[in-house]
Amino acid sequence: MIKVVLILGMLFFQTCAEKKVDTIPKEDTISSEKKIAETHSATKIPTLNYKELEPLLNKKNDSVYVVNFWATWCKPCIKEMPSFEKINAEYKTKKVNVILVSLDFPEHLEKQLIPFVEKRKINSEVVLLDDPDANSWIPKVSDNWSGAIPATIIYSNSERKFYERSFTYEELETELKSILNK
Amino acid sequence: MKRKEIITAFILATFSVVVLSSFILSVDEPVIKGYHVGSEVADINLLNVDNKRISFSDFSDAKGFIVIFTCNKCPYAVASEDRINALDAEFKSKGYPVIAINPNNPEVQPDDTFVLMQQKAKEKGFTFPYLFDESHKVYAQFGAAKTPHVYLLQKEGGKRIVKYIGAIDDNVRKASSVKERFLANAINELLAGKEVSLKETKAIGCSVKV
Repeated sequence: MIKVVLILGMLFFQTCAEKKVDTIPKEDTISSEKKIAETHSATKIPTLNYKELEPLLNKKNDSVYVVNFWATWCKPCIKEMPSFEKINAEYKTKKVNVILVSLDFPEHLEKQLIPFVEKRKINSEVVLLDDPDANSWIPKVSDNWSGAIPATIIYSNSERKFYERSFTYEELETELKSILNK
Repeated sequence: MKRKEIITAFILATFSVVVLSSFILSVDEPVIKGYHVGSEVADINLLNVDNKRISFSDFSDAKGFIVIFTCNKCPYAVASEDRINALDAEFKSKGYPVIAINPNNPEVQPDDTFVLMQQKAKEKGFTFPYLFDESHKVYAQFGAAKTPHVYLLQKEGGKRIVKYIGAIDDNVRKASSVKERFLANAINELLAGKEVSLKETKAIGCSVKV
């Protein structure tokens, strides 16, 4: 009996989740994405300080942004990167943009970061955050961030979630959907 | 009987939904775990790179401790090594020795085995204990999330109280570009009998790997 009720409960939740998927906005183009395309063709990774990065964390439009803080030497970051790439590929037409914010040391841009991005054929937008006074900007990213990477923000015009953790594709997709469907 | 079963099942299902949703919702809420400023810190008993076990109570003359969770290979930890030695040189004689602790599980992070810790300590001439949190309990007790992650403790009436948590200074990558020495300032305030003015800072770091 208990099982039946639980299964019914689970089905109820699943139906809800699936219904919400239908409301994903339709494809559209955004002018700011031109810059991203150019960035890719030449594998030029823009180096930004936090002030320059901040607009990327606070875009006000009808897209959803998945922003991941990582570094080439961060093992859990590299492990979860294919999940972000897959989200980028599969949700590109659903107004989802993945931005990979590298915290590699700026002196390693040419020798480590660019070769990594080229070798792995990373398609998501990659930027390098070069701002040494982390204490000044970590709380601006999220009050809940201890400063450990990997860390991820998923945000839309109306919703913002912060995660200091690693993701599998399924977990990331679940979180993305929870924002896409709001 | 049947009715009772239905009621029980219903209560259980409602309960699990509530538990599940509170779990899901909690993702965004501030996570308060481990020690915070003002917490009393329990003693530790961890293996040092010299194969001896170390406890806070071994340092009867100390006024407090600079506890730094760090590791062998994280670039932020490596960039801080010389500064950690310098902190020990500056503050051990004033009563605040450095106690470094590696929280990582070598099965997850093979660069952080005890043998490699010993090598690191020798290579870099660590003047302070470099302890192995082999059971991964101490880092969790502190709530250390990353390396490097600093906790400044002060002895008060036989207790060890957390006075500062966070970064060593405002430039983890480059010692020569440091403008503000958060940790050193906090210790100097304690030494002057003052309250620590900046009790908490945030630093970027490598997540603890367990």
